[in-house]
Amino acid sequence: MKSGSNLEKVLKAGHFAFTGELGPPRGTNAEEVREKAAFLKGNVDAVNITDNQTAVVRMSSWAASLILLQEGLEPNYQMVCRDRNRLAMQADILGAYTLGIRNMLCLSGDHQKFGDHPEALGVFDIDSMQLINMVKNMRDEAKFLGGADVEGPPEMFIGAAANPFAEPFEWRVHRLAKKISAGVDFIQTQCIYNMDRFRTWVKQANDMGLTEKVYILAGVTPMKSIGMARYMKAKVPGMDVPDEIIKRLQGAGKGKVAAEGIKIACEQIEEFKEMKGVAGVHLMAIEWEHKVPEIAEQAKVLPRPVMD
Amino acid sequence: MIVAQRKPFDEIKDMIKDYKKVLALGCGTCVAVCLAGGEKEVSVLVSELDMAAKLADTPIDVSGFTIERQCDREYLEALDDMVEKYDALLSLACGAGIQFLAERYPKIPVFPAVDTTFIGVNQDVGWYEERCRSCSSCVLGMTGGICPVTMCAKGLYNGPCGGTNNGACEIDADQPCAWYMIYERLSKQDRLDSIMKFTPATAWKNQVPRTVIQPGYTKKD
Repeated sequence: MKSGSNLEKVLKAGHFAFTGELGPPRGTNAEEVREKAAFLKGNVDAVNITDNQTAVVRMSSWAASLILLQEGLEPNYQMVCRDRNRLAMQADILGAYTLGIRNMLCLSGDHQKFGDHPEALGVFDIDSMQLINMVKNMRDEAKFLGGADVEGPPEMFIGAAANPFAEPFEWRVHRLAKKISAGVDFIQTQCIYNMDRFRTWVKQANDMGLTEKVYILAGVTPMKSIGMARYMKAKVPGMDVPDEIIKRLQGAGKGKVAAEGIKIACEQIEEFKEMKGVAGVHLMAIEWEHKVPEIAEQAKVLPRPVMD
Repeated sequence: MIVAQRKPFDEIKDMIKDYKKVLALGCGTCVAVCLAGGEKEVSVLVSELDMAAKLADTPIDVSGFTIERQCDREYLEALDDMVEKYDALLSLACGAGIQFLAERYPKIPVFPAVDTTFIGVNQDVGWYEERCRSCSSCVLGMTGGICPVTMCAKGLYNGPCGGTNNGACEIDADQPCAWYMIYERLSKQDRLDSIMKFTPATAWKNQVPRTVIQPGYTKKD
C-alpha cells in the first residue's frame, strides 16, 4: 500500500472503482459542502474536490476536503499548478496529509484567462507532470523537490488526468506513459463521449503494458440538456462530443432529455465495467450532485465495497 | 529584437505635466526597427506634445533627439552636455535603455514613453510576435526549435495540457498550441524521442537580476 486510502484499497482489491466530484462554494458556507457531500456518501469511493475550477476563486480545495473527512467521505484533493509555486504546493501537501487527506489529483489547471481574475499571474512554476514526480519523491524518497529530507513523508495516492481525445491523438498514449514514468498511481480521464476513440486509446495503453502500471478511471459526465451537449462540443477545449450523442438527446422528447443523458452515461459505465484496462469510473455530475444516488443505482455500482 | 509599443498619449502627457522643458529621447536600435521609439517616432511624439500644449495653453518646451543605443555608455555620452538644459527626460527606448539613461543622469527625472513588450521577430513591417522569454535555460534543442516557455500559455515543459484544441491553444482559437507544433515538427524530423522523456522541474535562473561576464572580458581600469 502506498497510501492506504480507501480508493487505493478498492482498486488494489480489484473492485470496479466509482468516484465522484464536488466543487467547493464561492464563499464560506460549509453547509453547502455538507449538503452536496450527503448525496455522494455511500455512493462513491472517493470524491474529487476541485481546486479553483475554471480559474474561478472558491473555498480552497484542502479546506473543502477536510469538511468531507468530517462528514465521513474520502476526498481526492485536486491541486493545480496555476496558483502556487513549489514551496506553497509542498507546504499544502504536507498540511493536507497531516490532516488526513490521502488522495491527490495533480493538474495543470485551466488558464487564468477563463476565470474571474483574468489578469492574475499564472504561476506554473512546475507543470502537472513535475507535480506528480514531486509528490512521488516526497512520498517514496522522503525528499522535497529542493533535495532536503521530509520528516514523515506524505503517503499520498497520486492521481492525474488524461485526455484521450485531444490532437495529436497518437501522442495521447505516450503522454500517459510519461505520467506513469513520473510516478502516477491512478488516472481519471476527461469526460468520454466518443467511445470509439476511447476504446482505441485504452487498447493502445493495454498493448503498451501501461494499464498494468496505472489504474484508469473513465470519466463520465451525464448530459443534462441538449444545450449542454452543444456547449461542450463547441466551447470546451479538449472535449469530443459526437453528433450521435446530440441526436439521441434530441430524440428523447420533451422533459426526457436529462433521463436520456443518464441512460447514455449508464450504458457507458456498463461497457467500462467489461473493458480491459479500465479500473473504474469517475463520475463528474457537475452541479448535479443530488442525481448521484440515482445514477449510481441505475449504473448498478451499488453497494460500494467497504474496506478495512 | 526587443519590441516595444508607445504608451497612450494621455499617459505620457500626464507624466510630464509638471515639467516645462522636456527632452524626448529615441533609440536607434530595436525600438526603431519595430517602429516604436526611433527618430521618426520621436518627432511624431514631439509634435503631438507641442500641439496639445498649444491647445491647452500650457506652454511646454519639448525637443527630440535620437541616439544609436540607450543601453550603451558609448552612445549615451553624446547626451552629457545636452540633458542639463532640461528638467525631465522622456525616453522611447526599451526598459533597459530607460534605466541606463536614468542611471547616468540621476538628478533628472526620466519617464518611459513606451511599454517594453517582448523579445520577438519581425513578421512584416509593423507586425511583431514574441518568441523568447530570456529564461537563461534554453530548451529549444529538445523542443524542435519552438519555445514552450514563451509559446505555451502555461509555459509547460511536459505538454500539451488537456486544453489543446485541434492544434490551437485553449486560450484562443487563433493561438497555435505550442506543444502541438512541437509534436508535429519533431515527428517530421523523426525525433519524438526527444519529448518522450520526463522533463524535471526547471531550475529557474531568471528570478534575480542577471549579469553575464563573457570569457573574453577584461576589466578596464
